[in-house]
Amino acid sequence: MSTEGIGIDRRYARAFSAIQSFAVRYGLGIALVIVWEYAARKAGSIFFPPPSEILHRAATLWLSGPPQRLFLSDSVFQDVIPSLLRLMGGWALAVLIGVPLGILIGRSRNLSDLVNPALQFLRAIPGPALIPIFIILLGTESTMRVTLIAFGSVWPILLNTIEGTRTVDPVQLDTVQAFRIPRHAQLWRIVLPAALPKIFAGMRVSLALAVILMVVSELVASTNGIGYRIQNAQIMFLLTDMWCGIVLLALIGYTLNWLFLKFEGRVLGWHRGARGRAATS
Amino acid sequence: MLAVERFHHAYTPEQLVAANISFDVKAGEIVSIVGPSGCGKTTLLKSLAGLIKPTGGTIRFQGKVVQGVPDGLAIVFQEYGRSLLPWTTVNGNIELPLRYQSITPDECRRRVAESLQAVDLSGFGERYPWQLSGGMQQRVAIARALAYQPKLLLMDEPFASVDAQTRADLEDLVAAVRDQFEITIVLVTHDIDESVYLSDRVIVLSRPPSTVLAQVDIDISRPRDQIKTRAMQQFVEKRSEIAQMIRRPSGSETHP
Amino acid sequence: MSDLSGAADPRAGFGQARSFAGPYLLSLAATAFRVVLGIFIFFLILELVTRLELVPPIYLPRASTVVRRMVELLQDPKFLSHVVATLYAWGVGLVLATLISVPIGILIGTSELAYKMTSPLIEFMRPIPSVALIPLGILLWGQGFSMKIILVAYAATWPILFNTLYGVHDIDPIAVQTARCFGLKQAAIVRRISLPSAVPFIFTGIRISAAIALIVVIGAELLASADSGIGSYILFVSSNGGQMDSVLAGAAIAGIIGALINSALGLIDRRLFGWRYLGATLS
Repeated sequence: MSTEGIGIDRRYARAFSAIQSFAVRYGLGIALVIVWEYAARKAGSIFFPPPSEILHRAATLWLSGPPQRLFLSDSVFQDVIPSLLRLMGGWALAVLIGVPLGILIGRSRNLSDLVNPALQFLRAIPGPALIPIFIILLGTESTMRVTLIAFGSVWPILLNTIEGTRTVDPVQLDTVQAFRIPRHAQLWRIVLPAALPKIFAGMRVSLALAVILMVVSELVASTNGIGYRIQNAQIMFLLTDMWCGIVLLALIGYTLNWLFLKFEGRVLGWHRGARGRAATS
Repeated sequence: MLAVERFHHAYTPEQLVAANISFDVKAGEIVSIVGPSGCGKTTLLKSLAGLIKPTGGTIRFQGKVVQGVPDGLAIVFQEYGRSLLPWTTVNGNIELPLRYQSITPDECRRRVAESLQAVDLSGFGERYPWQLSGGMQQRVAIARALAYQPKLLLMDEPFASVDAQTRADLEDLVAAVRDQFEITIVLVTHDIDESVYLSDRVIVLSRPPSTVLAQVDIDISRPRDQIKTRAMQQFVEKRSEIAQMIRRPSGSETHP
Repeated sequence: MSDLSGAADPRAGFGQARSFAGPYLLSLAATAFRVVLGIFIFFLILELVTRLELVPPIYLPRASTVVRRMVELLQDPKFLSHVVATLYAWGVGLVLATLISVPIGILIGTSELAYKMTSPLIEFMRPIPSVALIPLGILLWGQGFSMKIILVAYAATWPILFNTLYGVHDIDPIAVQTARCFGLKQAAIVRRISLPSAVPFIFTGIRISAAIALIVVIGAELLASADSGIGSYILFVSSNGGQMDSVLAGAAIAGIIGALINSALGLIDRRLFGWRYLGATLS
């Protein structure tokens, strides 16, 4: 058999397996979209427009601008960008407050035990229930929304940081003590890195929570934002617009999560390696 | 170098683990501490290191009473996997304690290279601990202790979590290290053979509440060899002597 | 430092410490004392801050006023009916979600192909905030119980489904291999190994969903101006001006209910699945 023949077989095999894995990964999603398209057209319900219509409307809404601005239309700058800025601002605030505070509290066994009941209470207050309070105290501008997002999403970060700080391996702590490493260095070089996996887990949950709070804060007494647009669409019975907003939110949530996981992968590469090692040993 | 007087420790008022332990360690010695499970060997070692404050007794290191971790000693733990920091490389792990000593970066680098060479791991500096085998990780822990240039090296069952072949290599490494760096070594182990093979003297503890049952001098000639030494008559005798003491149901007076 | 006595277990749940050695009741009392002390100090701090009147008291009443109002509300049958309404929608939605997700999760989890096909989809659906569906929910099902229950069920499905999938699919291969060596067929392996080891994960999913469900139900009540529920009560008192003590009291009661649910589920988790946590740190 000629080597050329084997090469072609191998190329076919590789192409085939590539197609196969693509089909497995995205096949179901694509099939569902097709089914939805067909069923929506058949049923003709205004509540569930077919995906093609949603896509078309989305393009009109967001991609009908001039080429200088990457074809982005005004509504992107009016609603989407401000929403995202509030979201990231609130979440970043939550991180900046939650991590240092969490480390501070977590360092002391007694303090964290004492503070825990209050934290469990505060984190259990449903975000929406706080909206009226925040509106009355802080008005209806971006400040209120960013604060609400920060206040609501700080808890997973705070609690996870406390937990991560508390559960630093005693062997590691003994080691650095035995080598007479000064306290401030212990914090920075041992406690923080050791707690980092849990902190990142908290940050990820917090991000998802921040997205929810962003939407919620814009469904009440707002003048712009993705949530506002969705609600506006509901009031005006523009179902397709509403669905566009929902799909956009799904995309944002998914992308943010994906980005965060990539970021986490880089920072915590050592953790994956070490855990993988532990699992096999 | 080290003087322990009437060390006793109780976890809680009811749990007295060590009743009265006294011994000395001279500079340059290798001393092993053996005893049955639960006799407080690890607690004793941690107290020597200043990590735990004993309920009673005095520990003097280089003449001064130990309060907190004194300067000039290093400790190697049994759980190397948990003692090495997984987020930094081998080099990073070894140089971490050195950052807080007043030495120049050049000296620091020199020490790291030297200690890696001493444990036969030159070239592994940029690896991460989890990329190494168990024995290699423990060697990194030893290298870290050596780079610190302590006068006293404490080891808490350092080879218990390592396979037999590697254990043999590491035991020889410890003996070589003592010769090369002229440090004193105190080793806690449950392996009687190991204690006889390695040490100049073996301190035998009783069951809890523990006391010193005996201090057995091991005057087997050095350098020692894994196969030859362990087959020697002297070795077998010392070994049985110690094993008998530990096996006996109740503690007894000092053996002549 | 390394705790030698083992009585204060660093592995035990944060704030829900329970000893695996030593007198159980004594440490229970100590924990209870710390909880009470913590709550008391928290209240004191709030009281002091609110008395400073950095913000006018009509906007931010004193903590003691709010607590008084909370006690009043908890004795008011009208408010209690709101609480019941919220909990009803919450509970039914949660049960529905469990009944749907667990069987589906098990089915998908046991089939490698199905797992590979559906997990990308689930990964995409997960981040959709269910609150974004509230406007749609209002259009489809109005402002009553059905809307709330359906939304809660939708939101609660995902964590439970995801956890069930993970629990069934990612079990210890050694356990499965051992079972195969003993001649167990696939169905028996599922029943005797996959399912029991998945149950703790499923329960974790339920715990997560319970918390999310409460947020969604109160959010739905508030945003959809529902006719019953704690959320609708908060909306009502906040739009009628000057009743900040009621607004805060309502939110605080919602928080307490949430905290109680979380704690109760946590306790059950530890009771039933405490064996999971032996020797491992909780994440």
